This record gives sequence, structure tokens and C-alpha cells, in this order.
Amino acid sequence: MKDNKNISNPEIVLQIRDLHKSFGDNHVLNGFNMQLHKGENLVIMGKSGSGKSVMIKCLVGLMEADSGSITVMNKDITKLTQKALDILRADIGFLFQGSALYDSMTVRENLEFPLRHHTKKITKDSSTETLVLEALTNVGLAHAIDLMPSELSGGMKRRVALARTLILKPKIILYDEPTSGLDPITAKEIIILMQDIQKKYNTSSLIITHDVDCARVISHRMLLLIDGIDYAVGTFTELSTSADPKIKAFFKH
Amino acid sequence: MSGNSKIKDRLHMFLIELGDLSFFTGRFFKEIVKRPLETKELLRQCYNMGNRSLVLIGITCFIIGLVLDLQTRPTLMQFGAVSWMPSMVSISIVREIGPIITALVCAGKIGSGIGAELGSMRVTEQIDAMEVSGTNPFKYLVVTRVLAVTLMLPLLVIIGDAIGLFGSFLVENIKGNVSFILYFNQVFDSIEFGDIIPATIKSFFFGLAIGIVGCYKGYYCTKGTEGVGKAANSAVVVSSLLLFIIDFIAVFVTDIFYDL
Repeated sequence: MKDNKNISNPEIVLQIRDLHKSFGDNHVLNGFNMQLHKGENLVIMGKSGSGKSVMIKCLVGLMEADSGSITVMNKDITKLTQKALDILRADIGFLFQGSALYDSMTVRENLEFPLRHHTKKITKDSSTETLVLEALTNVGLAHAIDLMPSELSGGMKRRVALARTLILKPKIILYDEPTSGLDPITAKEIIILMQDIQKKYNTSSLIITHDVDCARVISHRMLLLIDGIDYAVGTFTELSTSADPKIKAFFKH
Repeated sequence: MSGNSKIKDRLHMFLIELGDLSFFTGRFFKEIVKRPLETKELLRQCYNMGNRSLVLIGITCFIIGLVLDLQTRPTLMQFGAVSWMPSMVSISIVREIGPIITALVCAGKIGSGIGAELGSMRVTEQIDAMEVSGTNPFKYLVVTRVLAVTLMLPLLVIIGDAIGLFGSFLVENIKGNVSFILYFNQVFDSIEFGDIIPATIKSFFFGLAIGIVGCYKGYYCTKGTEGVGKAANSAVVVSSLLLFIIDFIAVFVTDIFYDL
């Protein structure tokens, strides 16, 4: 079941072709393919250890793939120099599973940090202070600007991490299990926030999650990663009503 | 697995780690000249490392000075050479005891701190977060810390030497009624540039070793919280061992140049 249906905007912003990655004898990705369109929310689901995190790390150049191509906004990241990759990374936001806030810095310093190296984002109209406040206001945490990460709750940390991702106004946002470890109410708030951000910034999002509710609410399309390949691609309804036992297993509960 | 193959595996792992550490050191020297200079972070690290180690080094060197004087005094008295005490203590402290004791204390305090801090940042994906935001975590985290230890250690050694000598003076003052001016006149008469310069140069290398090993262990930390503990621990063990190797080389080279 591989189709690219229901894409109102066919412009591809991110494409992975025939991606292979092994760790010794453990073949994690065995020819993985994927396309993300402009303004789209693509949810990727897969069992633990199926290679989702490896794939997303290859996508931002944190890990080197054995073979295959990864094209982000028409640039093959496997062939970019470090400098060109760093420039491209300003257009890719990454929300880490554990938020990954710099715990020796305040919330303000956490948000200012990416701007130090992407000074082009700072203009006369948008100073560092303005950008920080704007990003924090968008996630509803302007009051937490001078707090340390250790003083924040799990949900607040996730919001600050999202604000840090937004500060460079990325065109693509990669979410690595954005709702994991959160209570259902906070998880729902994060999902709503992700939807608001998508509308406001017109970003394309790649969301890795185990949360079926999150996938149902947020996805335009879904991709199931099984045995290191893109096993099935389709809308939530298409996949959740599939008769394939491997696909059904994801929607049992 | 037989004993031979175990030894082979360990040797193989050791050589791989040595290669990685050399590559890491090479990268440090390559990144050091790149912009931005991260001056603010460098000064913050210098302040943290210097300030936080000062009390510990002060206490350690003070006690070493006291003990050295107390234990050597009876022997020198037997030969009627107590008046040589300031010269003997000052040469011992400035040439050898001050630098190595200060460096060992720093390996324990600063080296383990760097290993644990960077290790914790690695396992909580903070270093990855820096990298994906297009910044250079190696420059920001590693270069600043290694430079800070390298610059601060010689300063700490000088302060440690002074406190150690003061400890020795107290014993001389109490037991031999030697005045402050007399004691330190004799100290400065005995110390030459040939004592100070090699000690200062080797202190830079001690600092470099502590910084590089601590950062290397932390930066490539794996296996979660257990890995953080191991990174901190091995940062101390490896850097302490390296300090003695560097010390041996330094004494050997000094011997050639200054004909000890």
C-alpha cells in the first residue's frame, strides 16, 4: 500500500531514497524510502528498535548512512560540506524526545544559543530579544524566560524546546516522540500546539511517535517502518482499516 | 575466549582508543583557530575552574609544605644543615611537588567534572541539539574547556607553590624561629629560572592532558547514566596516568637542557 494520495501541495521538501544503515550485523535500515511535501504532517510509526531514530538522525547528519540519498530542499545532505550542512540545518528544526535543553543555561539563553551562529535571522525589526519573546509567547511560556530548565515541568520543557526549535523559523520540523513521557492532558496540549505552529509558520513536519491518538489527530499521511523499510504509506483511515496483520498490530488498542 | 585472544582484543581496543584520542587532540588544535572564538564561554570556564579548585589546591599544598618541612627537619638536623631547609623545600616544591600535586588535584576535580558534564550532555542529547541547530559543539564545549584548564593550571601551580612554601615557613618559624624575610630571601636565592620555566611549561602540558582526556571521555560517552559515571572515572584515571608520563618526559627533557 504505497501511495502519495491527498497531497494538495506536491512540492517535495524532503526525500529519502534507498537508505541503508547497519551496526555490525544488525541491519537497521534496508532501503528505506520517504517523501515529505510542503505543509504536510507525516507521521512515522514503528516498533521500538525499528530504526526510526536512526533514520531521523541520518536525516539531520547526526549519523552517517551506509548508502542512499537524503535530499532536503533540493540539497543532498550526504554530499554537503560541514559549513553548507550547518546553514541548511537552520531550516530544519528538531524536537528531541527528552527536550535536550541546555541545563546550565536559562530558558532565555537556551533560545538565544542557536541565534549566535545564525545571525542572519537577527534583523533591525527582529532583535534577539524580540525573537526570543515571540517564540516563547507562541508556546505560552513568556513568563518562564529567566527560569532554569531544572525549574520546569516535563510539559514546559517540551514547550521551551519547541520554542528553541521555532526561533530560527525552520521550514521543516522533525519531532522525535513529542508526547512520550507526558500525561494525556499535557500530551494533548502539545499536539494542539504542534497544529497551531504548523498553521502559523506553514512548516512541514515529520513526526515520529508511538501515540496513535497523536497520529490520528495530526497526520496528513502516515508511514509504517517495519523491518527497516517503508512498509506502508497512507492516510490514518487507510492504514487503521487495513487487513494486513502487521499493520493492524499498530492500531489494536 | 582464550587468554591470548583476550589480550589481543584489549590491545586492539587500547590502540583504537589511542588513535581516537590522537584524532580528538588534532581536532582540538584545528578548531582552536576557527571563529567564533567563544571568549565569553572561555572566560566563564576559566573562572569556574580556577575559582572552584583554588581552596582545595590551597589546603593540599599548605599541608604538603608543612609535612615536607616537618619530616625533613630531623634528618637535616642530624647533619647540622637545618639552615638549608628553605632551599631544599623550595626546590622540591617548585620543581616537582607543586606542579604534580596541583595537577593531580585538578585531574580529580576538574577532569572528572568535565567528563561527567559532557557525558551527561551527550546522553541527554544536548550535544546533538547543539549540532542540529547548526552550531559547533566541539568549539563551544571542548575547545573552551581544554583551553581553560591549560591556561589555569600554571596559575594554580604558582599559587599552590606559594601556599606550600608558606606552610613550610610556618614550621620553620615555630620550630626554628626563622623570620618571614629570612626564610623567603633564602627561598628566592635558591630558585633559578631553570627551576621555574620547565615547571611552568610542564604545567601547561598537564592542563592540556587533563582537559583533552576529560573532554574526550565525556564527548564520546555512551550507555546512559552508567556511561556518565564511567566517563568521569576514566577521565581521572587516564589523565592521572598521563600526568606521570608527561612528568617523566619533562624531567628527561629538562635534564638535557639544564644539565640538572
